[in-house]
Amino acid sequence: MTNISVKNVNLPSEEPHHESPGNWKEYFSFSTDHKVIGIQYLVTAFIFFLVGGIFAMVIRGELITPESDLVDRTFYNGMFTMHGTVMLFLWTFPSLVGFANYLVPLMIGARDMAFPRLNAVAFWMVPVVGILLMASFFVPGGPAQAGWWAYPPVSLQNPTGHLINGQVVWLLAVAISGVSSIMGAVNFVTTIVKMRAPGMGFFKMPLFVWAVFSAQIIQLFGLPALTAGAVMLLLDLTAGTAFFDPSKGGNPVMFQHYFWFYSHPAVYVIILPIFGIFSEIFPVYSRKPLFGYKVVAISSLLIAVVSAIVWVHHLYVSGTPAWMRMLFMVTTMLVSVPTGIKVFAWVATIWGGKIRLTTPMLFALGALIMFVFAGIVGIMLSSVPVDVHVNNTYFVVGHFHYVLFGTVTMGLYAAIYHWFPKMTGRMYYEGWGKLHFWLTFIGTNLNFLPMHPLGLQGMLRRISSYAPEYEFWNIIASLGSFLLGMSTLPFIFNMVVSWMHGQKAPANPWRAIGLEWLVSSPPPVENFEEIPIVISEPYGYGKSEPLTANIQNQSHPYKPHS
Amino acid sequence: MDSYLTSGESHHASGEHTHDEEGNKMFGFIVFLLSESVIFLSFFAGYIVYKITTPNWLPAGISGLEIKDPAINTVILVSSSFVIYLAERALQRHDLMKFRLFLGATMAMGSYFLLGQALEWNSLAFGFTSGVFGGMFYLLTGFHGLHVLTGIILQLIILVRSFNPGNYDTGHFGVNATSLFWHFVDVIWIVLFILIYLWQ
Ligand code: HEM
Ligand SMILES: [Cu+2]
Repeated sequence: MTNISVKNVNLPSEEPHHESPGNWKEYFSFSTDHKVIGIQYLVTAFIFFLVGGIFAMVIRGELITPESDLVDRTFYNGMFTMHGTVMLFLWTFPSLVGFANYLVPLMIGARDMAFPRLNAVAFWMVPVVGILLMASFFVPGGPAQAGWWAYPPVSLQNPTGHLINGQVVWLLAVAISGVSSIMGAVNFVTTIVKMRAPGMGFFKMPLFVWAVFSAQIIQLFGLPALTAGAVMLLLDLTAGTAFFDPSKGGNPVMFQHYFWFYSHPAVYVIILPIFGIFSEIFPVYSRKPLFGYKVVAISSLLIAVVSAIVWVHHLYVSGTPAWMRMLFMVTTMLVSVPTGIKVFAWVATIWGGKIRLTTPMLFALGALIMFVFAGIVGIMLSSVPVDVHVNNTYFVVGHFHYVLFGTVTMGLYAAIYHWFPKMTGRMYYEGWGKLHFWLTFIGTNLNFLPMHPLGLQGMLRRISSYAPEYEFWNIIASLGSFLLGMSTLPFIFNMVVSWMHGQKAPANPWRAIGLEWLVSSPPPVENFEEIPIVISEPYGYGKSEPLTANIQNQSHPYKPHS
Repeated sequence: MDSYLTSGESHHASGEHTHDEEGNKMFGFIVFLLSESVIFLSFFAGYIVYKITTPNWLPAGISGLEIKDPAINTVILVSSSFVIYLAERALQRHDLMKFRLFLGATMAMGSYFLLGQALEWNSLAFGFTSGVFGGMFYLLTGFHGLHVLTGIILQLIILVRSFNPGNYDTGHFGVNATSLFWHFVDVIWIVLFILIYLWQ
């Protein structure tokens, strides 16, 4: 197997030419093409990632000194609340939905999603959510300050006395984003169940599709619980009901149940597609079939199911009775079984393969390393005695940033590079990609590793000032965060310049298997001239079977010689 | 290799479904209703927990809810499920007159239910802000009432559409979905009735 470097890819001489959404104005229109919508999601999400990143650097700027001196306390509260909200609801969810939108129809051999117009409506709600959230900075009293989880009674406080305050706007935004996500989930589940190409049985689906399927099932059955809780909180805030207000006989812990019944599984809504991305990327750059395909596929669904019954581990310190704590500790640890199986499968896939360290592979490997680290810390956290000790400290903040930045965001970067040629029809610059990788990898560790010792020493989260003995690690973490901020510059540069001037990409630059690589880059408007008939396994690297019976393509590596 | 599937062999792995828009819509609608039912389930679960754990459950001065009128209401709403089923059947037989008749009857029964609920709300001595019970009561009945109203609007739409000759034979998704939605609203009400009125 030759090692393809990106710069000297041989362009197939007769690339079929199709008209494709090349006009940039299309990306600002109400398009119903799943590929345009996918890119709309991705670009919108990335812009909000930068916004959330700026908020993060304000937080870290404040924390570089022990005193609370950069911003005032209320603004600081607004900052970490909005940072968390933006990162979760406007960066991770929408960007993953963007990839799912772009890839799922291509990967299953469909011409579009089942409900293209619903798809477009769901997308356009995302900028609305973003604008609403940003607008909350300008309502009396400023943005929401109760953290992204909005626990009452803190979130019920309304110091300005205005009916429309930051918390109300925040809740509306979250509710709209929930509606958009449910629309998306209905669309994905229908598309995956009903629109697969002939021959693509469930166990011939690519693992990314399996992951999206499992994740969207969580959305369908988890999000409504959050919506219920959010509606009740909104009524408490605006209509004077008593659901969560202890001063009126309500019960604030009930909100925590509503919230975590969704928000724990929501972690998997984010992480499962990242696992799917790993499963797509490792085989290509190791030139080996994915190890244990079926087990990995089923474990996605298992994770979705088990994750629905572990939420109480967030309530260990909320007066939960001991027997319940034990029960949920066990189910929580259970999730690590299917997850462990996956990690094992990826390592076995990479092991002994012909590894090509291109940027997507580097990011995927980096993300996997970060995930293993986060997983070990996570198992520590799931045990009640440890959690009771470090709850609400920077130990937790460090852990979830290894997941959310180290694994999810780096996994997203891997996906962006991997499918960039497919989406734009251009190659990116490998050197800039590698620079981006190393800055990100080093920055992430500098930023979030120090949070673990800080947490163990007892530094609480959500504070803007701290005891001087914590200063050293905080300085390191803040420097790491500025490095991370800088690391986006080579990325943005690379994306913009490559999209405009990059070398034209062939249909299949990585010599990957998968239906999306059979069509031109970027794919034509309706994806396939002829709906493919799938006849072989999704990861047949090293086997010489044709993938489809009816689509002939120059660039497919395993095309039988006829 | 075990299963070489070729075109058109397995039913749901078949490419024809790309064009089976009616089927997709119905499937999507069912998925949506499943998701929607989780909202109700969440409220129900909340109601149960609150009822068990709240010391002074009923607002001061209230000993319980009057059950006779809501029971009559329940009977009417549940019967309307059969009536809309008859309408659906009539449409399958292309009997448009009967279709409109039964549909109209369903709408009348649904409206009667809503009216009854409005009258009940009007007569109650507690409000939305009367403790957790008051909030839960109005939240549940109100949210359900909103669904009844939506159902009636859907019925109105398909009724109007049935007067346009081009519509009724191009596929029955609208009718089937409306009818399914109506059954869904009924089932939810039965649970709600048991929780709020029978379990006092
Ligand atoms: C430049 C990178 C980042 C830095 C420097 C950073 C830093 C921080 C800091 C200092 C906090 C406040 C912790 C506290 O006071 O409790 C925080 C909270 C949070 N971060 Fe990040 N973060 C970054 C990226 C991300 C990403 C990529 C995500 C998600 C994908 C994320 C999700 C969150 C969440 C959910 C919270 C909790 C907010 C809350 O407590 O309400 N962060 N982050
Ligand atoms: Cu959790």
